Amino acid sequence: MKSSLKKTSPKTFNYDISKKRFRFSDWFAEKFIKSIAFLSIAFVILIFVFVFREAFPVFRMDVKETVTAEPMVQERYGVDDKSAAAEPEKSKETSPAKKVSVPSSTLLSKDWMPVSDNPRYGLIPLFLGTFKVTIIALLFAAPIAILAAIYTAMFAKPRLREIIKPVIELLAGFPSVVIGFFALMVMATVLQEIFGYASRLNSFVGGIAMALAAIPIIYTLTEDSLTAIPKTYIEASLGLGASMRQTAFYVVLPAAVPGIFAAVLLGVGRIFGETMIALMATGNAALVNINPFDSVRTLSATIGAEMAEVVFGDTHYSVLFLIGSLLFIFTFFLNAVAEFYLKNVVIRRFQSKK
Amino acid sequence: MNDIKVHVKDLDLHYGVNPALKKVNIMIPEKMVTAFIGPSGCGKSTFLRTLNRMNDLIENVKIDGEVRIDDIDIYGKEIDVVNLRKKVGMIFQKSNPFAKSIYENIAFGPKINGITHKDTLDEIVEKSLRQAAIWDEVKGRLYNSALSLSGGQQQRICIARTLAVNPEIILMDEPASALDPISTAKIEELIHELKQDYTIIIVTHNMQQAARTSDYTAFFYLGELVEFNKTETIFSNPSKRQTEDYISGRFG
Repeated sequence: MKSSLKKTSPKTFNYDISKKRFRFSDWFAEKFIKSIAFLSIAFVILIFVFVFREAFPVFRMDVKETVTAEPMVQERYGVDDKSAAAEPEKSKETSPAKKVSVPSSTLLSKDWMPVSDNPRYGLIPLFLGTFKVTIIALLFAAPIAILAAIYTAMFAKPRLREIIKPVIELLAGFPSVVIGFFALMVMATVLQEIFGYASRLNSFVGGIAMALAAIPIIYTLTEDSLTAIPKTYIEASLGLGASMRQTAFYVVLPAAVPGIFAAVLLGVGRIFGETMIALMATGNAALVNINPFDSVRTLSATIGAEMAEVVFGDTHYSVLFLIGSLLFIFTFFLNAVAEFYLKNVVIRRFQSKK
Repeated sequence: MNDIKVHVKDLDLHYGVNPALKKVNIMIPEKMVTAFIGPSGCGKSTFLRTLNRMNDLIENVKIDGEVRIDDIDIYGKEIDVVNLRKKVGMIFQKSNPFAKSIYENIAFGPKINGITHKDTLDEIVEKSLRQAAIWDEVKGRLYNSALSLSGGQQQRICIARTLAVNPEIILMDEPASALDPISTAKIEELIHELKQDYTIIIVTHNMQQAARTSDYTAFFYLGELVEFNKTETIFSNPSKRQTEDYISGRFG
C-alpha cells in the first residue's frame, strides 16, 4: 500500500480547496433546469394575460372600434342590412363605440345568440348548462370513484389491487375524443332506449361521459389519501374489535375527508374544462331549464365550437375570451382550494402526530 | 402462579419463507404482567401480534401451532377475529388516537359494539378514563381533539380506549418507548394497577422497565423463546447463557 501511494505523484491527492472552482457543467445544468421551471410558470402567466387581454374589450365601451367595426358586415350573414338597421337593439351596426357596449348588457340575458341579427351574448344558459353537466357527472363519478378507492385501499387483496388500480388509472389516459365518440355513438342510443327521452344528446348523456373522464382523477387522489392514513390508525381500530367495514367507514374515511374533498374538486375542474366530450355528447343547445334530459351547451364547448368561426377582434370573439377567462379563473380557484386543502389540512393533520 | 390464560404450543411463524418464530411454547398466567424482552428483530413483537391475530393483516404470513386463550384455539376455523380482538386489546408503540375528540376516541369501541345510549356511553368514557388515570387531566376538555394532548397523555387515552371495550388481555407493544421518563413512570404505575383486573403482556426494549413492571419475563432471541421464568429469577439467576449475556448488556 505504501509503495503504491508513493508511486502516484503527490499532485493527484493535492486538491486545492483554498479556491472555489467554477464547474461549467454543474452551473449550466442548474441554470438550465431552473429556466425550464420558470418557463412553465411563464407560460401559464402568458396564457392568463393573453386570455384576459382579449376578453377585456367586452367591458370597455369605446375602445377597439377600429378593429371591430370592419368585419361586422361579414358576420351578419343571411340578413339584409335594412332590416338589421331597423331594429332598435341593433347597436352593432350604428356606432362602433356603442356596439361594444352591447355585450356587457346582454351578458346576463337568457339568450346565447352570438350570430343572430340581434346578437345576444347571455351567459346564463351556458353557465346553467355547465352546471347541469357538472352536477350530473359528479353524481356519477364521485360515488363510483370513492367507493372503488375504498375497495382497493382497504379491502382488495394486493394482487387484485395491482390489477384494478392501473386499469382505472388507464382511463385517465383515454383521449376525451374517444370517450366523446363512444358517448355519441353508443351511450346516447342505449340511454335513449332505456329512458325514452326526446333529445338524443343531452346533459345526462354528456354528464355520464364526463364522469368517465373524471373517475380516474377522483379515484387516484382518493385512493392516495386513503392509503396515506397511517397504518397505526387501522390497527388501532381493528385492535378495538372493529370490523374492516367499520374501520373503513368510521375511521379511515372520515380521516381522509379533506383529501377526498380535494380529489372531488379536481374532478370538478376536469369536468368543467372538458370540451370534446361536451361538444360531442351534450347536444349544444343553449337552453335555460333544469331538465337533465334536455340538450345543453357548456362554456368550454361554446369556445370549442365557435372560436374557429368567429371574426378576429369582434365582440363575439371577445365574449368567447371572456368565457375562457371565467373558466380559467374558476379552475384556478378550484385547484388552489384543492391544493390548499391537501397541503394544510391533510398533511398537517398527520404530520403533527409523528 | 395464577391460572394459565394463554397457552402457546409449538408456534411457528414464517414471513414468506423466512422463519420469524420457531417452536415457541409458553404459558402466560392470568392477571399478571408478563414482559417479553430481547434484541430488535428477535420476534417478540411478532409473537405479541399473533395473540390477537394482528398478523392476519400482513400478506404471506404462515402460522403453525396452537395459541389457546382460555383453552380455545384462536387459530381455529370457527374463530371470530373481530370478537377475539375485543377480548384481546392492544396498545401500540406509537400512540395512535383517532383525529377525533377525546370523548369520541373512548366511545368508539362501545359505539361499534352497538351501544348508542348517551348516558351509558358517558359512564363508560368516565370509567375508562379513570381506570387509565387520566380523567382528572382531561375531564374539562373531553370534546377537544385527542391530538392536542401530550404524547404520554395520548398513550393513556389509547389505554383508556382499549379498556372501554372491556378486554381480558391487554397487549402492549413498547408502550413507553416514545415517551419521556415522567410519562413512562405514569404508564408503568398504570400497568401495575391494571393487573388487578387484566392479564397484561408487554413487549419492551428496556430491561429495567421489564424488571420494574413485570411478574414474569420471557427472553426471545432469533425467533426462539430462550427462557421464560419469574422476573426475579430471570434477572438475578438466569439459567441460560444467552439470557445472562443479554441482561448484563454483552449484546443486544
